[in-house]
Amino acid sequence: MHKKKRKMTLAAKNAVAGYLFILPFIIGFLLFMMVPLVQSFRMSFSEVNIAPTGGGFTMEFVKIAQYNKAINVDPQYKILLIENIRGMLLDLPATLIFSFFVALLLNQTFKGRGFVRAIFFMPVILSSGVIVGLEYNNAMLAGMKDVIQETSNSSSITTVLQDMLVTEGTQAGDFFGFIFDLIDHVYDIAIQSGIQIIIFLSGLQTISPSMFEAAKIEGCTAWECFWKITLPMVSSLILVNIIYTIIDYFCRSDNEVMEYISNITIGKLEYGLSSAMSWIYFVCCLVIIGIISLIISKKVYYYE
Amino acid sequence: MSKKTKKWQAFMERNRKSNGYLMRKTLFNIGYKICRAVLIFGLCFLIVQPLLNKISLSFMEEQDLYDSTIVSIPRHFTTSGYKLTAQLMKYWKALGTTTYISLLVSLFQVAAATFVGYGFARYKFPLKNFWFFMVILVIIIPPQTIMAPLYLNFTYFDPLGLVSLFTGKPINLINTMLPYLILCLGCMGLKSGLYIYLIRQFFRNVPKDIEEAAYVDGCGKFKTFYRIMLPDAKPIITSCFLFAFVWQWTDKFYSQMFLRKFTLLSISLSGLSDSLDTFLKNAGIAEQASMAYSSATVATGTLMTIIPLLIIYVFAQKGFVESLSQSGIKM
Repeated sequence: MHKKKRKMTLAAKNAVAGYLFILPFIIGFLLFMMVPLVQSFRMSFSEVNIAPTGGGFTMEFVKIAQYNKAINVDPQYKILLIENIRGMLLDLPATLIFSFFVALLLNQTFKGRGFVRAIFFMPVILSSGVIVGLEYNNAMLAGMKDVIQETSNSSSITTVLQDMLVTEGTQAGDFFGFIFDLIDHVYDIAIQSGIQIIIFLSGLQTISPSMFEAAKIEGCTAWECFWKITLPMVSSLILVNIIYTIIDYFCRSDNEVMEYISNITIGKLEYGLSSAMSWIYFVCCLVIIGIISLIISKKVYYYE
Repeated sequence: MSKKTKKWQAFMERNRKSNGYLMRKTLFNIGYKICRAVLIFGLCFLIVQPLLNKISLSFMEEQDLYDSTIVSIPRHFTTSGYKLTAQLMKYWKALGTTTYISLLVSLFQVAAATFVGYGFARYKFPLKNFWFFMVILVIIIPPQTIMAPLYLNFTYFDPLGLVSLFTGKPINLINTMLPYLILCLGCMGLKSGLYIYLIRQFFRNVPKDIEEAAYVDGCGKFKTFYRIMLPDAKPIITSCFLFAFVWQWTDKFYSQMFLRKFTLLSISLSGLSDSLDTFLKNAGIAEQASMAYSSATVATGTLMTIIPLLIIYVFAQKGFVESLSQSGIKM
């Protein structure tokens, strides 16, 4: 008599196949993310000493001394961190509005649209990695040029306007100061919003034209169509874009905090301190993403 | 009577019948179009201007840089800047190495991401949501957080004590390409999480019937993936590959960490102004390059770095954009 071989059910087979497919990720994640993450967490509570004879490294538990050092002793870190978060909060709405506006423009039909699109997506390629960092040096040069121009007594309309509108202390003055700040780095915003434009554009293209037609027949103006149809339909993408923008801002290679941490890791070999710093940074980043997405996800409208 | 006046008359007639509404509307439309054209032109100029600026800087001789009457067109046209930059960056060697490494790395990254993305999109298995959350976590965690231990681990590479068992001491992998390639295969490379996400998004939208038809005809699971689904996913895979290639090309962070022994464009570009200083010092010309001169050299170097990317972009522009907007990004 043959013993009946027990066969796997279809669901079990699928589960095995699924796990086989995502195996690279699981191995990679456990080995190169989980292990280093735990290690870095441990390092952040200890003093790491590299053995001089190449025999590895030792860790000495020092409680929260590294965190203390990062926040209270290190002269630059805290300032950089706060500046960085402030900069992100300023950039976020500007990037979102800019990319949404451009996506709306690019979604319309006009001559040479393909060409214009190609130009707008160029920053995705040209402003990544090392090139963004170099762009800043150029900004410094441009700043020098400005100084030269100012001393040569030529004034433009915008500077006059700025002088008139920005008055320290008053609320309106602060507001205008904020606006001029944004205008000053509109180039940065344009450069970093390539992916966001693509995401918004893909969302706008999925809205069926029949919806607009129906609204138009009912007497909706373009303004009302925008608020009642376009905006709710892309609201889920706004959330995606917010998260993407925040992550992009925090992980960009020219980010000052990142550079600072890298310098401490590679340059000064203070692994414990740099781990503590990056943990603080990571937790800040996570908390901000959490809070913002919690607020926004309440307002998101899902069509399906 | 010419055709034009006839048309005009017909237009006026219709305008009269609509009590001037047609006229107002047409004028409004024309005004809107003009405003839009100006706006689009302005925004495009904003993006292209730095590039044009760099091009004009790169052709200037040093004395042109200090001349405030020269804005964009060089008076002393020269290509010596390119020659010097190429020499300082070891351009041709770096170009070759960068191409080779970028191709290899992006190939590994996208291959791994395709498998994983497919697995997440088409199969049901326990803890799937948990693992997918981990993918999102990988996207969110700044690589700096894990860099220090990762660096140390690869410097003293010794998994489970096996290596030191045979050779007596852990081996140093940091000066080879191996650590980075292993990372890429494990989906932990530069922006790997993003590629997994995008590819999963694409495979989710493929109708299930195709797959089922293949199964009914006796096609195995892997064969279905390889023969049926993969050819379908060409656009998104190409697009991820292009992004991986380009981002790897310009990446500084991972390259500095793992590929320091290689002459890469991104690394020599970021050290360009320093090497210019050393060059001038050794040649006995000056103690240090002036700010304008060094920034002009950096502009030339940047141009030389991105020219290959620009060429790729011109030819594969559709591949970058279209497939992304088709993949239907959703939360």
